[in-house]
Parts: sequence; structure tokens; C-alpha cells
Amino acid sequence: MIENSVAQKVNVTSFSQRFKIYRQDPLSLLLLFLVNFGSLLTISVLIFLIGFILIKGIPHITPQLFELQYNTQNVSLFPALIYTLAIVFLSLLIAVPLGVFSAIYLTEYAKRGSKLVKLVRLTAETLSGIPSIVYGLFGMLFFVIALKWGYSLLSGAFTLAIMILPLIMRTTEEALRAVPDSYREGSYGLGAGKMRTVFKIVLPSAMPGILAGIILSIGRIVGETAALLYTAGSVAKIPTGLMDSGRTLAVHMYALSTEGIYVDQAYATAVILIVVVIIINWISSFLARKLTKG
Amino acid sequence: MAKKKEKLMQGIFLISACASILAVILICVFLFSNGIPAIAEIGFSDFIFGQTWRPSNEIFGIFPMIVGSIYVTAGAILVGVPIGILTAMYMALFCPDRLYKILKPSVELLAGIPSVVYGFFGLVVIVPLVRDQIGGKGYSMLTASILLGIMILPTIINVSESALRAVPESYYEGGRALGASHERTSFFVLLKAAKSGVLAGVILGVGRSIGETMAVIMVAGNQARMPQGLLKGVRTMTANIVMEMGYAADLHREALIATGVVLFVFILIINLSFSALNRKSI
Repeated sequence: MIENSVAQKVNVTSFSQRFKIYRQDPLSLLLLFLVNFGSLLTISVLIFLIGFILIKGIPHITPQLFELQYNTQNVSLFPALIYTLAIVFLSLLIAVPLGVFSAIYLTEYAKRGSKLVKLVRLTAETLSGIPSIVYGLFGMLFFVIALKWGYSLLSGAFTLAIMILPLIMRTTEEALRAVPDSYREGSYGLGAGKMRTVFKIVLPSAMPGILAGIILSIGRIVGETAALLYTAGSVAKIPTGLMDSGRTLAVHMYALSTEGIYVDQAYATAVILIVVVIIINWISSFLARKLTKG
Repeated sequence: MAKKKEKLMQGIFLISACASILAVILICVFLFSNGIPAIAEIGFSDFIFGQTWRPSNEIFGIFPMIVGSIYVTAGAILVGVPIGILTAMYMALFCPDRLYKILKPSVELLAGIPSVVYGFFGLVVIVPLVRDQIGGKGYSMLTASILLGIMILPTIINVSESALRAVPESYYEGGRALGASHERTSFFVLLKAAKSGVLAGVILGVGRSIGETMAVIMVAGNQARMPQGLLKGVRTMTANIVMEMGYAADLHREALIATGVVLFVFILIINLSFSALNRKSI
């Protein structure tokens, strides 16, 4: 303990000492300045962006924006909000089981270094690098045209499900790998089978990590535009069925800002999008912390 | 009975694992089968190297868009990489713990902001700024580069930061023991050691900015001609697809899908080099 404090005293440099060192070594000072400057720039861009949109946008959030029907008078974003919720729900319904199950296969069942595992990893990696517009094109060619689903909730949801699949796979896999092997051994030792171990022991302990991944994918779906323009379309009305075309909030915002006459409403929509993203980030980091704490 | 259930579930897991393989195959098949006939009909070199895009006259040369994408991405790299690497170094090597707890979530937030919001921000802030302070109409290559530079920051920061953290402690100690200052050690030993990881981050950033669509459309001007200067408008491949897909028909439509194919090939090459680098750095 005493030794420790001595060492600390030796390692502490006073301000004037540091000043002296930097005077002899201007390059170090320059480098120090550069890293501070760089990170300050990053932070100020973020603060400026969010501050700007909040300050400009919040005054334009009016009850009119939440009226049930969209028309050119109220420019309501309510239909878009409902459509966004519907598409989030549907995409997750498709992608979460697929992603989680495939992560379970990769971590719990597959043999180490098997060819299939390598192939799955490679394709998942490829999928996560594909830009959203390419997903949009594929969705249009496959779901809209080849399967004849037209511009619809279903086409959009399937397209987005493929898009978020690699994200869910990766986060689930990481969460499963973080579960200590002793849990599995304990479960086997008590006579449980593989399936019971996976569902009753491994999955529950990995839950916060899996949830964090799901929340992140909600963020991606909410922010997505390019993949939806030509799969779900851009009609502004509340969906009544799986085959209805519609626009999500992000598409709504794109339409407003390119039309050019509804800039105020675009600001308001941007505020809502940003608030959703902030909440999503907060929840996912909360869950991630919970996972690391155990 | 239990055994049967085990086998059944294992089968379900296995089939799910194949979903991503199936998705990649489907994407390749549908894109290529719709795009390649158009390329063949137009002629490979006329399509890729043709400098005129005039769908009404059935002239489909996407060279301006390819060059546009490359220029805008290069600009984004020039803007985003230095700032990104410096921020990553600050976060990994300089930053006090308390500040890190603010910085890290901020970078995550930057990554989570939807591209359409970035595009809107570019439209109402950066476009007027460039127009008034530098000149031109504001809808330009420069604007798009700045905006994309901001958008790729989180990608570069996250990958570089983890690469820097992966450098063994002994490198740092060795540097300090030889008398180098903390700053010199960080830049000339640690950054050098983390080189391939940082490069992987840059490549990922390239992939992101070449594939970015909505933000670019909103600020780049989108004129389908060869790029004529920093302050003039450009059209990228992604913009070309979204702008015209709404009303295109026949060969025009197939030419747009073929543009998507070219973009896809670009991305595949970028991905391959990323994973090659990643393997090297581990």
C-alpha cells in the first residue's frame, strides 16, 4: 500500500514540469494538440447536429402532426409512425428467430472449423457490408416482382429482415460465447439434454446481449430509407393489411424534405427520429452493461 | 421421444444457419440475372466507360457515376479518416475514464443517426454554408464529401479504437523505456502496430460511403455528367438508381439494375479486402 502511493507520487508530474518537457519536445505537444482537436471536432459535430435539429424542430411538433389521416393541410406523420411500428414488428418476427437459431447452431452445435460454419460466417459478413440500396433493388426484384407481392408491408419487412439478419446473428453469437462453459457443464451434469441446456440455461443468461442486438436492429429499421422506397413504397396512409403499401418515418422525412414545401414538418420528423435513436442507444447500452456485470 | 425432439431442433437450427447463405445466393442470382443481360445489350465497355447517360436517347454510360462515387468517397476519406483516427487515439490512449464514458456513447449515437437525418442536416446546414462561404450552388461534391466524412466517423473510430487497444502493453512500455514521450509512443509505436486494424476500419468506411444513398442524394446535386469540380454537382451510382428507378422502364430500368450490379461488385471487392486485412491483423 505504502509502496503504491510512493510510486504514484513518482509518476505524477506537475504542470510546470510538463510544460518544461513539452518545451523541449514540441512534436509531442503538437501531437497532443492534434488528438484533442480531433476528438473535440467529433463531439462538436454531434452536439451541433443534435442541438440544431432539436432547437429547430421541437417548436414544430404540433398536435396536427398526429392526426389520423394524412393530407396536405396537416402533413400528419401518424400514418408513417404506425407503418414504422408495423414494419419493425414484422421484420423482427422474421429475422430474430432465424438469427438467434443460426447463432445457436454456430456456437452450440457446429463442429469447430467446419466448412459450413466458415461459409455461414463469410455470407453473414458479406450481407453486413451490402449497402441498403442493393437490398432495396433485390427486394424489388424478388419480393415485389418475382413473388408478385407488390409494394407492400410484407415486401418491405422481408427485405429489412435480411438486412438486419447479420447484426442479430453477430450480437447473439457474441452473447452466447460470453456464457461460461461451466453453466453448460452444470446443466449436463444435472442430466439435462442439449436442447434443454440451450433453452433453459444458455439463452436466458445470454438474454441481455441478444436484446441489445435486437434493439440495435430496431434502430437500423427505423432509420432505413433506401431499402424501402422500392419495396414498401411511399403512400402516406395507415396500413390495414400485410399487402398495403406505405411509408415509414424515415421515408416520410425524405419525401417531405425533397418536396421542399414542408421543411418545418421535416424538422419535426427529424426530432422524433433522433429521439427514437437516443432512446434505442440508451436501452442497448444499458442492456450491454447488465450483461458484462453478469 | 426426447431424442427425436433433439434431432428436430438441431435440424431447425441448421436450417436457420443456412438462411444467410440462401440470402446471399438469392441476392446474387436476382441482381446478376437482371443486370447482366442489360450490360450485354448495351455493350460492356459502352456501359462502364461510356461518358454519357441519356436514357431518353437510349445512351447508357455510367462512367460519370462511377467516377462520381469514387471522388465523393475519396473526399469523405480525406475528411473523415484523419479526424476519426485522432479521435480513436484520444479515446484509446489519452482520454480520462470519466470523459470516455461520455465519448463512447456519443460515437455510438453518431453511428445510430439515420442517414436521412444526416442528409437533411446537410441540406439545411452544410449546403447553405458551402454556398455562402465558398461558392457555387452548394449542392456539390464538396458538400457530399464533408457530409459522408462525418457519417463514416463512427465506423473508423470504433474499428481503429479496438485495433489500438489490441496492441500489447509491452509495446507501450518498450517505447516509454526508450525515452519516448507518451505522445510519441502513441503515434510512432502503437499506431504503427495497429496499422492493419486501422486500415481495415478505413476500408469499412469506404464501403459505407460508396454505398450511402439518401444523404448523398439530398446534397450532391445529382447532375448525370462527368464531375467538373469540387463545387459542381455530381451523381453517384447509388443516387442514379434511386433517382430514376421510380419511372424507368425496359432497358432503362435494366440499366439501373446493372448500375446496382456494378455497385455490388465494388462492395464485394471492398469486403474481400476488409476480411483479408482482418485476418492478417489477428
